[in-house]
Amino acid sequence: MIRFSQVSKRYPNGHEALKRISFTLEREQMAFLVGHSGAGKSTLLRLITLIERCTRGQIIVNDKNLTKLSRRQIPFFRREVGVIFQDHKLLRDRTVFDNVALPLVVAGVRHRELGRRVRAALDKVGLLGKEKLYPVTLSGGEQQRVGIARAVVNRPPLLLADEPTGNLDADLSDEIMDLFYQFNQYGVTVLIATHDRRHIQRLHRPVIELRNGEITAAEGQS
Amino acid sequence: MGTYFLRHVQVLIASVGQLSRTPGSTLMSVGVIGITLALPSLLYLLLMNAERVSSAWHAGTHISLFLDTAIEAKQSESLLAQLQAREDIEQVRMISADRALREFKELSGFGEALDALPSNPLPTLLIVTPDHRYENPAALQELVSEFSKLQDVELAQLDMEWVQRFHVILQLARRVTLVLSILLALAVLLIVSNTIRLAISNHHEEIEIVQLFGGTDRFIQRPFVYNGMLQGFFGAGTAILLVLTCLHVLRSPIRELADLYGSAFQVAGMTVGEGLALLAIGIGLGWLASHLSVRRHLHRPIAP
Repeated sequence: MIRFSQVSKRYPNGHEALKRISFTLEREQMAFLVGHSGAGKSTLLRLITLIERCTRGQIIVNDKNLTKLSRRQIPFFRREVGVIFQDHKLLRDRTVFDNVALPLVVAGVRHRELGRRVRAALDKVGLLGKEKLYPVTLSGGEQQRVGIARAVVNRPPLLLADEPTGNLDADLSDEIMDLFYQFNQYGVTVLIATHDRRHIQRLHRPVIELRNGEITAAEGQS
Repeated sequence: MGTYFLRHVQVLIASVGQLSRTPGSTLMSVGVIGITLALPSLLYLLLMNAERVSSAWHAGTHISLFLDTAIEAKQSESLLAQLQAREDIEQVRMISADRALREFKELSGFGEALDALPSNPLPTLLIVTPDHRYENPAALQELVSEFSKLQDVELAQLDMEWVQRFHVILQLARRVTLVLSILLALAVLLIVSNTIRLAISNHHEEIEIVQLFGGTDRFIQRPFVYNGMLQGFFGAGTAILLVLTCLHVLRSPIRELADLYGSAFQVAGMTVGEGLALLAIGIGLGWLASHLSVRRHLHRPIAP
């Protein structure tokens, strides 16, 4: 699903965030991306979502060569990837329903189907019945669930999460991680960037460890 | 196709809603656009009226031919007949030297002094009215020089040279209106693109999220483009109201002035076609401005 070959990312200021990274994440796999802040986790995720382009090497995601994707094709590629952020990135002036519906509206899904799919996504994360509320009235854990519902509403084959539990206490973190685990059981490929090694021990998933822009360990990879 | 159309309508309605949510700034920018568009429109309408007046004058343009005082009445009669036979001349009127002297005596009060003259010093006058072929001042001037070359004609004079001058002034006014219109159109572009720029920065977060979830540039641009077009539309509507008000205020003093000159002139207002054209210009400027603004401010890389 994700294949990095000799990927480097150098910023215009000269900082080399990633140095010749190579790894593979197979379809329907779930893996953790760990490392200290500044190790290059976020950069790696930004390369997969094409927020940034790599300066060297080749990235293939869902059979698409990202280095060859044109600006015009990027939006359509992004619809195949669900992204979850540490700070949720919800729209405060929109209801939970509208927030979750956003990827569908963007893709031009018909109104009737839209409601059905939004409710299905909210049901999966356990927030059915809260679609008319505004994000600020929800707890941190609930807000993150809204973010997850939004990421999966389009049924993308790949889910990326950047520190999804960064602001949550242990119990809520576990619940969120269990959600990702469930989606993985349904066949979604999941890559989670985290600094919390507890989840790795709990869920026994492969780990890609980054240090100073280089992969130091890839434990348990198939 | 149906969903595509429906989505455009949705965005249009959403844009109206967005504008109505910030009534203060919307009214302000619409007002500024209105005044900016009203000024050249008003100038244009006044210019059209002035041209109407001048073309009415032009119909009355005639050339005075003062004949040689030495020639006989017969010769002047034949010249009159010759001119009347011409197709491009509408009318020729003759004021004979005798009649001119008689009138002059009556009107000037120099009667007795003139009686003392040995012969009539006044020439015979032919007043030629050229037809519509000579609306163009250059052609008219050519006709005048043609007449002055006639043997019996002492002097050919275009009576309404000031009409020509007026024409030149009108031409200048037309040019000034054009330049002013272009400048003010640029001003509208700047006003609209500035408000769109503000709208974009207000929606920065939303744009970023939509981009991350696969919104195409078109999808993101659409509400801003509609916003600009709506501003242009309402601005042009305001301009039409302003122009109609100004014309209404000007109408009665202009009629009084026309009455003083014994003219039945009335100010022509804005036609429906002109109003629609102004609306189209407003919408077009809004479209262009928002496109320029969106293009400049949307293409910055997103960085969550």
